[in-house]
Amino acid sequence: MNGGRPIGEVVLDVQNISLSFGGVRALSDISFDVREHEVRAIIGPNGAGKSSMLNCINGVYTPQEGAIMFRGRTFRHMNSRQVAEMGVARTFQNLSLFQGMSVLDNLMTGRNLRMRCNLFQQAIRWGAAEREEIRHREFVEHIIDFLEIQAHRKTPVGQLPYGLQKRVDLGRALAMEPQVLLLDEPMAGMNVEEKQDMSRFILDVNDEFGATIVLIEHDMGVVMDISDRVVVLDYGRKIGDGTPDEVRQDENVIRAYLGVEH
Amino acid sequence: MGFFLETLFGGLMVGMLYSLVALGFVLIFKASGVFNFAQGAMVLFAALAMARFSEWIPQWTGIESRWFANVVAFVVAGLIMFAVAWLVELLVLRHLVNQKGATLLMATLGIAYFLDGAGQTLFGSNIYKIDIGMPKDPIFLLEGMFQGGILVNKEDLYAALIAATLVAALSLFFQKTGIGRALRAVADDHQAAQSIGIPLTHIWVIVWCVAGVVALVAGMIWGSKLGVQFSLTTVALRALPVVILGGLTSVPGAIIGGLVIGVGEKLSEVYLGPFVGGGIEIWFAYVLALVFLLFRPQGLFGEKIIDRV
Repeated sequence: MNGGRPIGEVVLDVQNISLSFGGVRALSDISFDVREHEVRAIIGPNGAGKSSMLNCINGVYTPQEGAIMFRGRTFRHMNSRQVAEMGVARTFQNLSLFQGMSVLDNLMTGRNLRMRCNLFQQAIRWGAAEREEIRHREFVEHIIDFLEIQAHRKTPVGQLPYGLQKRVDLGRALAMEPQVLLLDEPMAGMNVEEKQDMSRFILDVNDEFGATIVLIEHDMGVVMDISDRVVVLDYGRKIGDGTPDEVRQDENVIRAYLGVEH
Repeated sequence: MGFFLETLFGGLMVGMLYSLVALGFVLIFKASGVFNFAQGAMVLFAALAMARFSEWIPQWTGIESRWFANVVAFVVAGLIMFAVAWLVELLVLRHLVNQKGATLLMATLGIAYFLDGAGQTLFGSNIYKIDIGMPKDPIFLLEGMFQGGILVNKEDLYAALIAATLVAALSLFFQKTGIGRALRAVADDHQAAQSIGIPLTHIWVIVWCVAGVVALVAGMIWGSKLGVQFSLTTVALRALPVVILGGLTSVPGAIIGGLVIGVGEKLSEVYLGPFVGGGIEIWFAYVLALVFLLFRPQGLFGEKIIDRV
Protein backbone atom coordinates (compact mmCIF):
# COMPACT_ATOMS: atom_id res chain seq x y z
CA MET A 1 0.00 0.00 0.00
CA ASN A 2 2.59 2.49 1.00
CA GLY A 3 4.73 3.14 -2.03
CA GLY A 4 8.09 2.17 -0.72
CA ARG A 5 8.40 5.01 1.74
CA PRO A 6 9.12 3.71 5.21
CA ILE A 7 6.56 4.74 7.79
CA GLY A 8 8.37 6.84 10.35
CA GLU A 9 7.97 8.58 13.65
CA VAL A 10 4.73 9.93 15.06
CA VAL A 11 4.15 13.36 13.48
CA LEU A 12 0.73 14.15 14.82
CA ASP A 13 -0.43 13.03 18.22
CA VAL A 14 -4.02 13.66 19.25
CA GLN A 15 -4.48 13.25 22.98
CA ASN A 16 -7.82 13.00 24.80
CA ILE A 17 -9.64 15.55 22.71
CA SER A 18 -13.13 16.59 23.83
CA LEU A 19 -15.18 19.18 22.02
CA SER A 20 -18.70 20.39 22.64
CA PHE A 21 -20.89 23.05 21.15
CA GLY A 22 -23.07 24.40 23.92
CA GLY A 23 -24.63 21.24 25.34
CA VAL A 24 -23.92 19.08 22.34
CA ARG A 25 -20.93 16.85 22.72
CA ALA A 26 -19.25 16.44 19.35
CA LEU A 27 -16.13 14.57 20.46
CA SER A 28 -15.37 12.81 23.71
CA ASP A 29 -11.93 11.76 24.74
CA ILE A 30 -10.47 10.93 21.36
CA SER A 31 -6.84 9.88 21.08
CA PHE A 32 -4.87 8.59 18.14
CA ASP A 33 -1.58 9.21 16.43
CA VAL A 34 -0.44 9.67 12.86
CA ARG A 35 2.96 8.46 11.68
CA GLU A 36 5.13 10.05 9.06
CA HIS A 37 4.35 9.05 5.44
CA GLU A 38 1.30 7.01 6.33
CA VAL A 39 -2.24 7.28 5.01
CA ARG A 40 -4.44 7.50 8.06
CA ALA A 41 -8.19 7.39 7.63
CA ILE A 42 -10.86 8.60 10.01
CA ILE A 43 -14.14 6.90 9.22
CA GLY A 44 -17.57 6.77 10.77
CA PRO A 45 -21.25 7.21 9.93
CA ASN A 46 -22.71 10.67 9.31
CA GLY A 47 -22.55 12.84 12.40
CA ALA A 48 -19.85 10.75 14.03
CA GLY A 49 -17.64 13.80 14.56
CA LYS A 50 -15.14 13.23 11.75
CA SER A 51 -15.22 16.77 10.41
CA SER A 52 -15.11 18.21 13.94
CA MET A 53 -11.97 16.15 14.55
CA LEU A 54 -10.37 17.47 11.39
CA ASN A 55 -11.35 21.02 12.26
CA CYS A 56 -9.69 20.64 15.66
CA ILE A 57 -6.44 19.54 14.04
CA ASN A 58 -6.76 22.39 11.55
CA GLY A 59 -7.28 25.03 14.24
CA VAL A 60 -10.80 25.98 13.17
CA TYR A 61 -12.20 24.67 16.48
CA THR A 62 -10.43 24.77 19.80
CA PRO A 63 -11.21 21.65 21.82
CA GLN A 64 -12.21 22.21 25.46
CA GLU A 65 -10.02 19.36 26.65
CA GLY A 66 -6.99 17.52 25.41
CA ALA A 67 -3.99 18.44 23.36
CA ILE A 68 -2.73 18.04 19.84
CA MET A 69 0.99 17.60 19.35
CA PHE A 70 2.69 18.27 16.06
CA ARG A 71 6.24 16.95 15.91
CA GLY A 72 6.47 17.10 19.66
CA ARG A 73 5.09 20.64 19.93
CA THR A 74 1.81 21.01 21.72
CA PHE A 75 -0.69 23.52 20.50
CA ARG A 76 -4.00 24.51 22.00
CA HIS A 77 -5.06 27.93 20.81
CA MET A 78 -4.09 28.05 17.19
CA ASN A 79 -5.87 29.52 14.25
CA SER A 80 -5.88 27.98 10.79
CA ARG A 81 -3.15 30.27 9.57
CA GLN A 82 -0.72 29.26 12.27
CA VAL A 83 -1.48 25.60 11.60
CA ALA A 84 -0.81 26.24 7.92
CA GLU A 85 2.53 27.80 8.81
CA MET A 86 3.45 24.62 10.63
CA GLY A 87 3.04 22.68 7.40
CA VAL A 88 -0.50 21.33 7.63
CA ALA A 89 -2.74 21.78 4.59
CA ARG A 90 -6.34 20.77 4.11
CA THR A 91 -9.11 20.32 1.60
CA PHE A 92 -12.77 20.93 2.26
CA GLN A 93 -15.84 18.73 2.21
CA ASN A 94 -17.98 21.39 0.62
CA LEU A 95 -15.65 22.90 -1.91
CA SER A 96 -14.11 26.13 -0.72
CA LEU A 97 -12.25 27.11 -3.83
CA PHE A 98 -11.89 30.72 -4.87
CA GLN A 99 -14.71 30.52 -7.41
CA GLY A 100 -13.95 33.63 -9.42
CA MET A 101 -10.29 32.80 -9.94
CA SER A 102 -8.67 30.57 -12.55
CA VAL A 103 -7.30 27.14 -11.70
CA LEU A 104 -3.80 28.53 -11.95
CA ASP A 105 -4.52 31.44 -9.60
CA ASN A 106 -6.18 29.12 -7.10
CA LEU A 107 -3.08 26.97 -7.00
CA MET A 108 -0.82 30.01 -6.83
CA THR A 109 -2.59 31.21 -3.69
CA GLY A 110 -1.31 28.01 -2.11
CA ARG A 111 2.21 29.36 -2.54
CA ASN A 112 1.35 32.45 -0.52
CA LEU A 113 3.22 31.38 2.61
CA ARG A 114 6.35 30.84 0.59
CA MET A 115 6.37 34.24 -1.05
CA ARG A 116 9.09 36.38 0.38
CA CYS A 117 8.83 39.60 -1.58
CA ASN A 118 7.02 42.50 0.01
CA LEU A 119 4.13 44.54 -1.28
CA PHE A 120 6.23 47.16 -3.00
CA GLN A 121 8.54 44.72 -4.75
CA GLN A 122 5.46 42.90 -5.99
CA ALA A 123 3.75 46.10 -7.09
CA ILE A 124 6.75 46.99 -9.24
CA ARG A 125 7.22 43.35 -10.22
CA TRP A 126 10.88 43.72 -10.88
CA GLY A 127 13.93 41.55 -10.26
CA ALA A 128 13.42 39.44 -7.18
CA ALA A 129 9.63 39.54 -7.34
CA GLU A 130 9.60 38.42 -10.94
CA ARG A 131 12.07 35.59 -10.31
CA GLU A 132 10.04 34.49 -7.30
CA GLU A 133 6.82 34.44 -9.30
CA ILE A 134 8.48 32.32 -11.99
CA ARG A 135 9.83 29.85 -9.46
CA HIS A 136 6.42 29.41 -7.82
CA ARG A 137 4.76 29.12 -11.19
CA GLU A 138 7.11 26.25 -12.08
CA PHE A 139 6.13 24.39 -8.95
CA VAL A 140 2.45 24.94 -9.62
CA GLU A 141 2.85 23.72 -13.22
CA HIS A 142 4.33 20.55 -11.80
CA ILE A 143 1.18 20.06 -9.70
CA ILE A 144 -1.04 20.81 -12.69
CA ASP A 145 0.74 18.08 -14.66
CA PHE A 146 0.53 15.74 -11.74
CA LEU A 147 -3.23 16.20 -11.35
CA GLU A 148 -3.76 16.06 -15.11
CA ILE A 149 -5.61 19.37 -15.33
CA GLN A 150 -3.38 21.02 -17.94
CA ALA A 151 -6.31 21.78 -20.21
CA HIS A 152 -8.11 23.78 -17.53
CA ARG A 153 -5.25 26.01 -16.39
CA LYS A 154 -6.99 29.28 -17.21
CA THR A 155 -10.59 28.23 -16.59
CA PRO A 156 -12.38 29.91 -13.68
CA VAL A 157 -12.88 27.05 -11.21
CA GLY A 158 -16.57 27.81 -10.82
CA GLN A 159 -17.10 26.53 -14.36
CA LEU A 160 -15.38 23.18 -13.86
CA PRO A 161 -17.31 19.98 -13.15
CA TYR A 162 -17.42 18.87 -9.55
CA GLY A 163 -14.85 16.09 -9.82
CA LEU A 164 -12.28 18.45 -11.31
CA GLN A 165 -12.96 21.09 -8.65
CA LYS A 166 -12.16 18.47 -6.04
CA ARG A 167 -8.85 17.92 -7.80
CA VAL A 168 -8.10 21.64 -7.82
CA ASP A 169 -8.87 21.74 -4.10
CA LEU A 170 -6.29 18.98 -3.60
CA GLY A 171 -3.85 20.85 -5.84
CA ARG A 172 -4.18 24.06 -3.85
CA ALA A 173 -3.33 22.18 -0.67
CA LEU A 174 -0.41 20.44 -2.41
CA ALA A 175 0.96 23.78 -3.58
CA MET A 176 1.71 24.52 0.07
CA GLU A 177 4.17 21.59 0.09
CA PRO A 178 2.56 20.39 3.29
CA GLN A 179 4.06 17.83 5.64
CA VAL A 180 0.60 16.74 6.67
CA LEU A 181 -2.37 16.84 4.36
CA LEU A 182 -5.89 16.73 5.80
CA LEU A 183 -8.52 15.59 3.30
CA ASP A 184 -12.15 16.12 4.24
CA GLU A 185 -14.21 13.57 2.29
CA PRO A 186 -12.15 13.83 -0.91
CA MET A 187 -14.50 11.42 -2.66
CA ALA A 188 -17.85 12.69 -1.49
CA GLY A 189 -20.39 12.87 -4.28
CA MET A 190 -18.15 11.19 -6.86
CA ASN A 191 -18.97 8.34 -9.21
CA VAL A 192 -16.95 5.12 -9.15
CA GLU A 193 -14.55 6.22 -11.85
CA GLU A 194 -13.86 9.57 -10.21
CA LYS A 195 -13.35 7.80 -6.90
CA GLN A 196 -10.76 5.54 -8.47
CA ASP A 197 -8.97 8.53 -9.97
CA MET A 198 -8.95 10.32 -6.64
CA SER A 199 -7.68 7.23 -4.82
CA ARG A 200 -4.82 7.04 -7.28
CA PHE A 201 -3.98 10.71 -6.76
CA ILE A 202 -4.00 10.32 -3.00
CA LEU A 203 -1.63 7.36 -3.15
CA ASP A 204 0.63 9.19 -5.61
CA VAL A 205 0.67 12.29 -3.41
CA ASN A 206 1.75 10.14 -0.52
CA ASP A 207 4.40 8.54 -2.67
CA GLU A 208 5.75 11.43 -4.74
CA PHE A 209 5.36 14.39 -2.41
CA GLY A 210 6.05 12.39 0.72
CA ALA A 211 3.11 13.95 2.51
CA THR A 212 1.51 12.29 5.47
CA ILE A 213 -2.20 12.02 4.80
CA VAL A 214 -5.14 12.13 7.17
CA LEU A 215 -8.39 11.57 5.37
CA ILE A 216 -12.02 11.41 6.31
CA GLU A 217 -14.62 9.27 4.59
CA HIS A 218 -17.89 7.70 5.48
CA ASP A 219 -17.78 5.23 2.61
CA MET A 220 -15.73 2.35 4.03
CA GLY A 221 -14.97 0.58 0.76
CA VAL A 222 -12.51 2.92 -0.90
CA VAL A 223 -10.78 3.97 2.27
CA MET A 224 -9.94 0.47 3.34
CA ASP A 225 -8.02 -0.03 0.10
CA ILE A 226 -5.77 2.99 0.41
CA SER A 227 -5.19 3.50 4.13
CA ASP A 228 -2.44 2.13 6.29
CA ARG A 229 -4.38 2.56 9.52
CA VAL A 230 -7.96 3.52 10.28
CA VAL A 231 -9.67 5.28 13.21
CA VAL A 232 -13.39 4.64 13.54
CA LEU A 233 -15.62 7.21 15.23
CA ASP A 234 -19.26 6.89 16.21
CA TYR A 235 -21.33 9.48 18.06
CA GLY A 236 -18.15 11.37 18.97
CA ARG A 237 -16.40 8.38 20.53
CA LYS A 238 -13.57 6.28 19.17
CA ILE A 239 -14.79 2.73 18.66
CA GLY A 240 -11.95 1.26 16.68
CA ASP A 241 -8.36 1.83 15.63
CA GLY A 242 -6.02 -0.36 13.60
CA THR A 243 -5.18 -1.70 10.18
CA PRO A 244 -8.05 -2.00 7.71
CA ASP A 245 -8.26 -5.76 8.28
CA GLU A 246 -8.40 -5.40 12.06
CA VAL A 247 -11.04 -2.71 11.85
CA ARG A 248 -13.15 -4.66 9.38
CA GLN A 249 -13.46 -7.52 11.82
CA ASP A 250 -14.06 -5.39 14.90
CA GLU A 251 -17.47 -6.08 16.38
CA ASN A 252 -18.12 -2.55 17.53
CA VAL A 253 -17.36 -1.24 14.07
CA ILE A 254 -19.63 -3.77 12.40
CA ARG A 255 -22.38 -2.86 14.82
CA ALA A 256 -22.00 0.89 14.17
CA TYR A 257 -22.06 0.44 10.43
CA LEU A 258 -24.62 -2.31 10.02
CA GLY A 259 -26.70 -1.90 13.12
CA VAL A 260 -27.54 -4.82 15.32
CA GLU A 261 -30.66 -6.17 16.91
CA HIS A 262 -31.09 -5.21 20.49
CA MET B 1 -27.79 67.26 -29.88
CA GLY B 2 -24.73 69.19 -28.84
CA PHE B 3 -26.42 70.21 -25.61
CA PHE B 4 -27.46 66.63 -24.89
CA LEU B 5 -23.87 65.44 -25.32
CA GLU B 6 -22.61 68.19 -23.05
CA THR B 7 -25.03 67.15 -20.35
CA LEU B 8 -24.09 63.53 -20.86
CA PHE B 9 -20.42 64.35 -20.59
CA GLY B 10 -20.93 66.42 -17.45
CA GLY B 11 -22.84 63.49 -15.95
CA LEU B 12 -20.04 61.09 -16.77
CA MET B 13 -17.55 63.35 -14.99
CA VAL B 14 -19.58 63.53 -11.81
CA GLY B 15 -20.34 59.83 -12.09
CA MET B 16 -16.68 59.00 -12.29
CA LEU B 17 -16.09 60.67 -8.96
CA TYR B 18 -18.99 58.73 -7.44
CA SER B 19 -17.35 55.61 -8.85
CA LEU B 20 -14.10 56.38 -7.07
CA VAL B 21 -15.82 56.67 -3.71
CA ALA B 22 -17.93 53.58 -4.42
CA LEU B 23 -14.77 51.67 -5.31
CA GLY B 24 -13.52 52.26 -1.78
CA PHE B 25 -16.76 50.77 -0.38
CA VAL B 26 -16.57 47.73 -2.63
CA LEU B 27 -12.90 46.96 -1.90
CA ILE B 28 -13.48 46.87 1.83
CA PHE B 29 -16.77 45.03 1.60
CA LYS B 30 -15.33 42.33 -0.65
CA ALA B 31 -12.32 41.66 1.50
CA SER B 32 -13.82 41.85 4.94
CA GLY B 33 -17.60 41.90 4.63
CA VAL B 34 -17.63 45.26 6.37
CA PHE B 35 -19.90 47.92 4.96
CA ASN B 36 -17.60 50.84 5.57
CA PHE B 37 -19.70 53.87 6.39
CA ALA B 38 -16.52 55.84 6.99
CA GLN B 39 -15.49 55.90 3.33
CA GLY B 40 -16.96 59.40 2.93
CA ALA B 41 -15.20 60.63 6.04
CA MET B 42 -11.99 59.13 4.72
CA VAL B 43 -12.39 61.15 1.52
CA LEU B 44 -12.79 64.36 3.52
CA PHE B 45 -9.96 63.49 5.89
CA ALA B 46 -7.57 62.70 3.06
CA ALA B 47 -8.53 65.82 1.12
CA LEU B 48 -8.08 68.00 4.23
CA ALA B 49 -4.66 66.53 4.88
CA MET B 50 -3.62 67.04 1.28
CA ALA B 51 -4.95 70.62 1.13
CA ARG B 52 -3.32 71.70 4.36
CA PHE B 53 0.03 70.07 3.73
CA SER B 54 0.29 71.55 0.27
CA GLU B 55 -0.20 74.92 1.99
CA TRP B 56 2.18 74.26 4.88
CA ILE B 57 5.03 72.69 2.98
CA PRO B 58 6.06 75.88 1.10
CA GLN B 59 5.90 77.75 4.44
CA TRP B 60 8.06 75.19 6.22
CA THR B 61 10.61 74.51 3.53
CA GLY B 62 10.65 77.84 1.73
CA ILE B 63 10.42 76.03 -1.60
CA GLU B 64 7.83 77.77 -3.72
CA SER B 65 7.35 75.10 -6.39
CA ARG B 66 3.70 74.07 -6.53
CA TRP B 67 4.66 70.71 -8.00
CA PHE B 68 6.97 69.93 -5.15
CA ALA B 69 4.41 70.99 -2.55
CA ASN B 70 1.67 68.90 -4.15
CA VAL B 71 3.74 65.77 -4.56
CA VAL B 72 5.00 65.92 -0.98
CA ALA B 73 1.52 66.71 0.33
CA PHE B 74 0.12 63.75 -1.63
CA VAL B 75 2.72 61.40 -0.19
CA VAL B 76 2.21 62.70 3.34
CA ALA B 77 -1.57 62.43 3.04
CA GLY B 78 -1.12 58.91 1.67
CA LEU B 79 1.03 57.95 4.66
CA ILE B 80 -1.56 59.43 6.99
CA MET B 81 -4.22 57.26 5.33
CA PHE B 82 -1.99 54.21 5.82
CA ALA B 83 -1.73 55.09 9.49
CA VAL B 84 -5.51 55.43 9.69
CA ALA B 85 -5.90 52.00 8.05
CA TRP B 86 -3.46 50.41 10.44
CA LEU B 87 -5.10 51.98 13.49
CA VAL B 88 -8.60 51.02 12.37
CA GLU B 89 -7.50 47.39 12.11
CA LEU B 90 -5.55 47.44 15.35
CA LEU B 91 -8.08 49.25 17.51
CA VAL B 92 -11.43 48.32 15.98
CA LEU B 93 -11.69 45.53 13.41
CA ARG B 94 -9.39 43.06 15.10
CA HIS B 95 -11.67 43.02 18.13
CA LEU B 96 -14.83 42.62 16.12
CA VAL B 97 -13.92 39.60 13.99
CA ASN B 98 -16.94 37.35 13.41
CA GLN B 99 -19.39 39.89 14.81
CA LYS B 100 -22.67 40.60 13.07
CA GLY B 101 -22.85 42.97 10.12
CA ALA B 102 -24.80 45.55 12.12
CA THR B 103 -22.09 45.68 14.80
CA LEU B 104 -19.42 46.33 12.22
CA LEU B 105 -21.59 48.91 10.50
CA MET B 106 -22.03 50.78 13.79
CA ALA B 107 -18.28 50.61 14.35
CA THR B 108 -17.57 52.17 10.98
CA LEU B 109 -20.21 54.82 11.68
CA GLY B 110 -18.22 55.65 14.80
CA ILE B 111 -15.01 55.76 12.80
CA ALA B 112 -16.73 58.11 10.33
CA TYR B 113 -17.66 60.66 12.98
CA PHE B 114 -14.33 60.32 14.68
CA LEU B 115 -12.53 61.07 11.41
CA ASP B 116 -14.85 64.03 10.73
CA GLY B 117 -14.02 65.50 14.11
CA ALA B 118 -10.34 64.63 14.12
CA GLY B 119 -9.92 66.02 10.62
CA GLN B 120 -11.34 69.37 11.62
CA THR B 121 -9.37 69.48 14.87
CA LEU B 122 -6.10 68.71 13.15
CA PHE B 123 -6.57 70.61 9.92
CA GLY B 124 -9.13 73.32 10.70
CA SER B 125 -12.70 73.66 9.55
CA ASN B 126 -12.50 76.36 6.89
CA ILE B 127 -12.92 75.79 3.20
CA TYR B 128 -9.55 74.99 1.69
CA LYS B 129 -8.53 74.57 -1.87
CA ILE B 130 -6.36 71.99 -3.51
CA ASP B 131 -4.60 73.47 -6.48
CA ILE B 132 -2.91 70.70 -8.41
CA GLY B 133 -2.55 72.94 -11.42
CA MET B 134 -5.33 71.45 -13.53
CA PRO B 135 -6.15 73.77 -16.41
CA LYS B 136 -9.51 75.46 -15.95
CA ASP B 137 -10.03 76.62 -19.49
CA PRO B 138 -12.81 74.98 -21.46
CA ILE B 139 -12.24 73.41 -24.85
CA PHE B 140 -14.60 72.67 -27.68
CA LEU B 141 -14.88 69.22 -29.16
CA LEU B 142 -16.46 68.03 -32.43
CA GLU B 143 -16.85 71.52 -33.77
CA GLY B 144 -17.13 70.06 -37.26
CA MET B 145 -20.19 68.03 -36.36
CA PHE B 146 -22.29 70.48 -34.37
CA GLN B 147 -22.67 74.16 -34.51
CA GLY B 148 -20.48 75.57 -31.77
CA GLY B 149 -19.16 72.11 -30.84
CA ILE B 150 -19.38 70.60 -27.35
CA LEU B 151 -18.10 72.60 -24.44
CA VAL B 152 -15.91 70.48 -22.19
CA ASN B 153 -13.88 71.41 -19.16
CA LYS B 154 -10.24 70.50 -19.59
CA GLU B 155 -10.08 69.96 -15.84
CA ASP B 156 -12.72 67.23 -16.16
CA LEU B 157 -10.71 65.47 -18.82
CA TYR B 158 -7.63 65.43 -16.63
CA ALA B 159 -9.66 64.20 -13.68
CA ALA B 160 -11.06 61.40 -15.82
CA LEU B 161 -7.54 60.47 -16.87
CA ILE B 162 -6.33 60.33 -13.27
CA ALA B 163 -9.29 58.21 -12.20
CA ALA B 164 -8.87 55.83 -15.12
CA THR B 165 -5.16 55.44 -14.37
CA LEU B 166 -5.93 54.64 -10.75
CA VAL B 167 -8.52 52.02 -11.66
CA ALA B 168 -6.17 50.45 -14.23
CA ALA B 169 -3.30 50.38 -11.74
CA LEU B 170 -5.53 48.79 -9.10
CA SER B 171 -6.81 46.08 -11.40
CA LEU B 172 -3.26 45.27 -12.50
CA PHE B 173 -2.23 45.05 -8.85
CA PHE B 174 -5.13 42.72 -8.07
CA GLN B 175 -4.64 40.52 -11.12
CA LYS B 176 -0.89 40.26 -11.38
CA THR B 177 0.69 40.20 -7.94
CA GLY B 178 0.78 37.54 -5.26
CA ILE B 179 -0.71 39.91 -2.74
CA GLY B 180 -3.48 40.82 -5.19
CA ARG B 181 -4.22 37.14 -5.52
CA ALA B 182 -4.31 36.77 -1.75
CA LEU B 183 -6.73 39.71 -1.57
CA ARG B 184 -9.06 38.12 -4.09
CA ALA B 185 -8.77 34.83 -2.24
CA VAL B 186 -9.83 36.43 1.04
CA ALA B 187 -12.70 38.16 -0.74
CA ASP B 188 -13.89 34.81 -2.09
CA ASP B 189 -13.63 32.62 0.99
CA HIS B 190 -12.26 33.62 4.40
CA GLN B 191 -11.94 30.15 5.82
CA ALA B 192 -10.21 28.62 2.83
CA ALA B 193 -7.87 31.60 2.63
CA GLN B 194 -6.88 31.12 6.26
CA SER B 195 -6.35 27.41 5.79
CA ILE B 196 -3.68 28.07 3.17
CA GLY B 197 -1.98 30.51 5.48
CA ILE B 198 -3.15 33.89 4.25
CA PRO B 199 -3.19 36.21 7.27
CA LEU B 200 -6.59 37.92 7.39
CA THR B 201 -5.54 40.84 9.57
CA HIS B 202 -2.62 41.63 7.30
CA ILE B 203 -4.92 41.60 4.27
CA TRP B 204 -7.43 43.89 5.99
CA VAL B 205 -4.75 46.48 6.65
CA ILE B 206 -3.75 46.37 2.99
CA VAL B 207 -7.36 46.72 1.84
CA TRP B 208 -7.96 49.69 4.11
CA CYS B 209 -4.73 51.24 2.85
CA VAL B 210 -5.87 50.80 -0.74
CA ALA B 211 -9.28 52.24 0.15
CA GLY B 212 -7.42 55.13 1.81
CA VAL B 213 -5.47 55.84 -1.37
CA VAL B 214 -8.66 55.67 -3.43
CA ALA B 215 -10.24 58.11 -0.96
CA LEU B 216 -7.24 60.39 -1.29
CA VAL B 217 -7.44 60.48 -5.08
CA ALA B 218 -11.21 61.04 -4.96
CA GLY B 219 -10.74 63.78 -2.36
CA MET B 220 -8.03 65.44 -4.40
CA ILE B 221 -10.14 65.58 -7.55
CA TRP B 222 -13.30 66.72 -5.72
CA GLY B 223 -11.25 69.20 -3.73
CA SER B 224 -9.68 70.78 -6.75
CA LYS B 225 -13.10 71.07 -8.41
CA LEU B 226 -15.22 72.26 -5.50
CA GLY B 227 -12.87 73.08 -2.64
CA VAL B 228 -12.31 70.97 0.45
CA GLN B 229 -15.16 71.36 2.87
CA PHE B 230 -17.41 69.40 5.15
CA SER B 231 -20.01 68.85 2.43
CA LEU B 232 -17.61 66.38 0.80
CA THR B 233 -18.88 63.72 3.19
CA THR B 234 -22.45 64.17 2.00
CA VAL B 235 -21.34 64.03 -1.60
CA ALA B 236 -19.60 60.80 -0.70
CA LEU B 237 -22.89 59.44 0.65
CA ARG B 238 -24.09 59.62 -2.95
CA ALA B 239 -21.83 56.61 -3.45
CA LEU B 240 -24.21 54.46 -1.36
CA PRO B 241 -26.85 54.22 -4.08
CA VAL B 242 -24.02 53.61 -6.50
CA VAL B 243 -22.93 50.46 -4.67
CA ILE B 244 -26.51 49.27 -4.42
CA LEU B 245 -26.90 49.78 -8.14
CA GLY B 246 -23.60 48.18 -9.08
CA GLY B 247 -23.61 45.40 -6.52
CA LEU B 248 -21.64 45.45 -3.29
CA THR B 249 -19.14 42.88 -4.43
CA SER B 250 -18.35 44.06 -7.92
CA VAL B 251 -15.53 46.42 -8.85
CA PRO B 252 -16.76 46.95 -12.43
CA GLY B 253 -20.22 47.41 -10.86
CA ALA B 254 -18.97 50.30 -8.76
CA ILE B 255 -17.52 52.01 -11.80
CA ILE B 256 -20.48 51.50 -14.10
CA GLY B 257 -22.96 52.22 -11.28
CA GLY B 258 -21.25 55.55 -10.63
CA LEU B 259 -21.38 56.53 -14.28
CA VAL B 260 -25.04 55.49 -14.62
CA ILE B 261 -26.04 57.55 -11.60
CA GLY B 262 -23.96 60.55 -12.63
CA VAL B 263 -25.44 60.58 -16.12
CA GLY B 264 -28.92 59.72 -14.89
CA GLU B 265 -29.14 62.57 -12.43
CA LYS B 266 -27.81 65.15 -14.87
CA LEU B 267 -30.04 64.09 -17.74
CA SER B 268 -33.16 63.81 -15.57
CA GLU B 269 -32.46 67.20 -14.02
CA VAL B 270 -32.13 68.85 -17.40
CA TYR B 271 -34.90 67.07 -19.28
CA LEU B 272 -37.43 66.16 -16.58
CA GLY B 273 -36.62 68.94 -14.14
CA PRO B 274 -38.69 71.64 -15.84
CA PHE B 275 -41.86 69.51 -15.54
CA VAL B 276 -41.59 68.78 -11.82
CA GLY B 277 -39.95 72.01 -10.75
CA GLY B 278 -36.36 70.81 -10.55
CA GLY B 279 -34.43 69.32 -7.66
CA ILE B 280 -34.33 65.85 -9.21
CA GLU B 281 -30.55 65.73 -8.90
CA ILE B 282 -30.83 65.50 -5.13
CA TRP B 283 -33.05 62.44 -4.92
CA PHE B 284 -32.56 60.72 -8.26
CA ALA B 285 -29.76 58.42 -7.08
CA TYR B 286 -31.68 57.29 -4.00
CA VAL B 287 -34.91 56.56 -5.83
CA LEU B 288 -33.03 54.59 -8.45
CA ALA B 289 -31.34 52.63 -5.64
CA LEU B 290 -34.75 51.97 -4.10
CA VAL B 291 -36.05 50.59 -7.39
CA PHE B 292 -33.04 48.31 -7.55
CA LEU B 293 -33.52 47.14 -3.98
CA LEU B 294 -37.09 46.17 -4.85
CA PHE B 295 -36.44 44.40 -8.12
CA ARG B 296 -32.79 43.41 -8.21
CA PRO B 297 -31.33 43.54 -4.70
CA GLN B 298 -27.98 42.10 -5.72
CA GLY B 299 -27.37 45.03 -8.05
CA LEU B 300 -26.30 44.95 -11.67
CA PHE B 301 -23.20 42.82 -11.17
CA GLY B 302 -23.39 41.56 -7.60
CA GLU B 303 -23.50 37.91 -6.72
CA LYS B 304 -26.99 36.55 -6.52
CA ILE B 305 -27.96 35.94 -2.95
CA ILE B 306 -29.21 32.40 -2.54
CA ASP B 307 -30.07 31.40 0.98
CA ARG B 308 -30.61 27.84 2.01
CA VAL B 309 -33.99 27.45 3.61
